[in-house]
Amino acid sequence: MEGYGSDFSAGGAGGKMDTGTIMEQVKVQIAVANAQELLQRMTDKCFKKCIGKPGSCLDNSEQKCIAMCMDRYMDCWNTVSRAYNSRLQKERSRI
Amino acid sequence: MDSFDLNSSEKAEASELQRMIAVEQQKAQFQAQVHNFTDVCWDKCVDSPGSKLDSRTETCLVNCVERFIDTTLTITNRFTQMVQKGAH
Repeated sequence: MEGYGSDFSAGGAGGKMDTGTIMEQVKVQIAVANAQELLQRMTDKCFKKCIGKPGSCLDNSEQKCIAMCMDRYMDCWNTVSRAYNSRLQKERSRI
Repeated sequence: MDSFDLNSSEKAEASELQRMIAVEQQKAQFQAQVHNFTDVCWDKCVDSPGSKLDSRTETCLVNCVERFIDTTLTITNRFTQMVQKGAH
């Protein structure tokens, strides 16, 4: 990722960047990447679910379907996240 | 950046930064994995998105994640055995 490199070189060339500022930027960049990933996958899934035969425009029912699909996809993501997290904790306690 | 000229407090700060970045990296890796699981399990468990995630779908999702991990572990173990035995 070019973002990381440019941030650190900027810190090296000019005044020092403190740890807090760098971490803030790292966190923001990771959050942006995560949101982009979610957006891309959600678009892919909801297009497949809601647009059977692409018409001349998105009709009302397709838009409703997309809205519903987005909400469910995010629910799904959260459920999966919780399930994965509890599995990780279970595996860690076994070691 | 010449990192060799760092004094001890700068070194401590650098290693602290490294540690914190490693933590964030681990979180990012977790999220990336959740994206993959959601992708697979959405296809398995969600037929037509309703107004709410019902409990059946929820159970299916949890089982899907668990069994996907089990599958990963089983395949990894079996593959390791195959490699160790020299069988292809």
